[in-house]
Amino acid sequence: MNETICATPAKGALTGIRICDFTGQLAGAGATRWLAAFGAEVIRIEDPVRQGGWDILRGVPPYKDGQTGLDRGGAFNNHNVGKLGITLNMKTARAREMLEQIIRQSDCVTENFAAGVLERWGFGFDRMREIKPDIIYVTNCGFGYSGPYRSFKTWGPIVQAVSGLTFASGLPDQPPAGWGYSYMDHTGAYYMAIAILLAIVHRQRTGQGQWVDLACTESALTLNGPAILDWTVNQRPSRRPGQPNSNRSAHDAMAPHGIYRCSGDDEWVAIACRDDADWRRLAALPDGPVSPELACYNLGERLARQDMLDENIERWTASRQKFDIQRLLREAGIPCSAVQKPEERVDLDQDTADLWPVVTHGLMGDVRVDGLPVRFSATPWRMNRGAPCLGEHNEDVFGRLLGLAPAEVAQLRAEGVI
Amino acid sequence: MTALTGLRVIELAREPIALAGKLLADMGADVVLVEPTAGDPARLIPPFLDDRPGPDRSLWWWHHHSSKRGVCLDLDEDEGRQCFLRLIDEADILIESEPAGRLEGLGLDHGDLLRIRPELIHVSVTPYGRASAHAGDPFTDLTLMAGAGPVWSSGYDDHNLPPVRGSDSQAYYTGCHFAVMSALTALIHRMATGEGQFIDVSMHQASNVSTEGGSYCWLVARETVERKTGRHASSFPTSETQVRCRDGLWVSSGVPPRIPEEFARMIAWVQELGLYEHFPEAVFLEMGADPKTCPSIADIGISDEATAIYSAGREALVLIAESMDAHAFFIGSQQRNIPSGIIYAPEEAFEDPHFRARGLQVQVEHPELGRRFRYVGAPYVLSASPWKITRRAPMLGEHQAEILGR
Repeated sequence: MNETICATPAKGALTGIRICDFTGQLAGAGATRWLAAFGAEVIRIEDPVRQGGWDILRGVPPYKDGQTGLDRGGAFNNHNVGKLGITLNMKTARAREMLEQIIRQSDCVTENFAAGVLERWGFGFDRMREIKPDIIYVTNCGFGYSGPYRSFKTWGPIVQAVSGLTFASGLPDQPPAGWGYSYMDHTGAYYMAIAILLAIVHRQRTGQGQWVDLACTESALTLNGPAILDWTVNQRPSRRPGQPNSNRSAHDAMAPHGIYRCSGDDEWVAIACRDDADWRRLAALPDGPVSPELACYNLGERLARQDMLDENIERWTASRQKFDIQRLLREAGIPCSAVQKPEERVDLDQDTADLWPVVTHGLMGDVRVDGLPVRFSATPWRMNRGAPCLGEHNEDVFGRLLGLAPAEVAQLRAEGVI
Repeated sequence: MTALTGLRVIELAREPIALAGKLLADMGADVVLVEPTAGDPARLIPPFLDDRPGPDRSLWWWHHHSSKRGVCLDLDEDEGRQCFLRLIDEADILIESEPAGRLEGLGLDHGDLLRIRPELIHVSVTPYGRASAHAGDPFTDLTLMAGAGPVWSSGYDDHNLPPVRGSDSQAYYTGCHFAVMSALTALIHRMATGEGQFIDVSMHQASNVSTEGGSYCWLVARETVERKTGRHASSFPTSETQVRCRDGLWVSSGVPPRIPEEFARMIAWVQELGLYEHFPEAVFLEMGADPKTCPSIADIGISDEATAIYSAGREALVLIAESMDAHAFFIGSQQRNIPSGIIYAPEEAFEDPHFRARGLQVQVEHPELGRRFRYVGAPYVLSASPWKITRRAPMLGEHQAEILGR
């Protein structure tokens, strides 16, 4: 990958596209992060009064080398690589005028505030269209801009709760386990990126801009498709005895299918038998977890005795190392993976060796970040620059887009406009 | 027209990429699903209509292949390959998840295809990426989630219980999201230059970069997060966030008060419910409500006082939630600008009046059954590019004559 990056031409797939970006956290920032990696100019606008406090991640841990500060949040850096950062105090008329000029020169305005914030500043979609007739406006808010809950606020865990994703993740007779991270901040950002790209394609083909109302809870709900059809078609609810059991296969498609304890402290391995052939391979392992006389079990028989089979498998895995089991089962053709800890999958896994680029941040220096899991043959992604410090690109952006001289920018700063 | 009207997409049917094709098809692309002559094995993924298995009865299939047309081709035969190449001749995007080496062996890999169709965008989605030494390893959604980080971060405070894979298929879905982002990005590049390209998506990598602090706490600070019940994994202790309400349903109390106004609203609600006297930690809420003593969120887990103040916010939420039904808590807290969520089962979310009002339930006709069913609708609402399920999933070989002329 490094070679590819070096050989990359300066032009990216999205070079020439300018995003006027109010996104924050991960659900929004994660979307424009993708665009920046492909060459879009993403101008991130922050509030100088609250020191960028629109985004709670700005100054929170993890910190590199224990050094704290509002420009040093590790998550913020991760989610905002490659973007430019400017400040605008939207309470001032001058800043609103400057925003107007930026919108006039942008392809897309993006935000994930609670519903209605830009409208209150005087920048509703209708106004933005007056400024720039083909503007694309993409909002990502928890419950969207219509419906009884439109004023409600969310974070990733709330989106996951309300959409069914938390319920569907857990073990029987236990509370919901949910997701140990904001799966829907990542995934909401992916849907937001898709929506932005769709709107750009639409505009390139028709000349027409538009507004995208993305409700993150709604995106999340669409990730439960088969369970919802089981309800509308077969009237079978997911809330029923024995459910959820998300380490097992959904709708009894496979068995055995689980996560089993291994030798060591908090070490686990996942094993799945996709079909009778996998099951026979498992039963054929010398000194394996399944006694050979069970090799003839079909799926129905395996499902009926799944608890017993799981106990047998765990008795076998418990005295073995997870990576030994992974190697042995994969060589036999059975899906199997160690439950990898962060240090294992980041530092030791050869399949992620090219996944964590080093970016340079103004204060933090060199930091590794999440890369992108894609290789483009003609237009590779690039991540070189860390997240912007607060107002880091004021001179650059206001100079290039608004024609302001450095002294004028300094004056605006002194006046509290930026 | 809508965003992708007129765009021709070829999808070589495989379970992991089905959502990618659906996302394009529901936005207007003409997605042609190419199955082997015996049908894609994914036609037999449960659940089934009336619980009776059959190639046209899988609800998994119905959901994931909406708006597509379908043909059957035997790519191992000359005739099938010729038909496939004719499809490629008119295609904008190919999306596939074929086993390692298969397309190359057939002479149908990106080198061959881009030579005859330079504007083609070929998106490959594989478990570990095309170049991986493990490209041929067997996998399922469960094993991908286990290897890529999501499982390590999810589960319960009690580490005697196994870590948990989030609900089904999400490793596949994350791969699909990156596949669609890639295809559209490459399409925008092609609109500007005429140039197609090959894109190699790794599902393992896709989930690896979708675990929040699971990755970046290690990357930045060499800290290892540990799983916790129903909330973020972290390298330091945190309070529980899920509360079982009076009716037995759970709520996620989300992020507790952080700024003085939020603490003040919490105090008001506690008082309104007559619970103030039963809440010894109220003094910490009062400290949170006072701008002079309200700590910075960055001090949680670092300063004892900050931790106590934020913990009191959480405990107040617990006290209130336990005193009422889950839905009432969800609405009541949100109306007070204290974000929370009821933990709905998928069908309960689907039936909630908010999503109904927004049109998330859509009707899809199944003419062969003389019935129509409610499906889950659009993940986003584009004002000028309508999302729509234009037809139910294709039956086996349904569009053979229409597409191949035979």
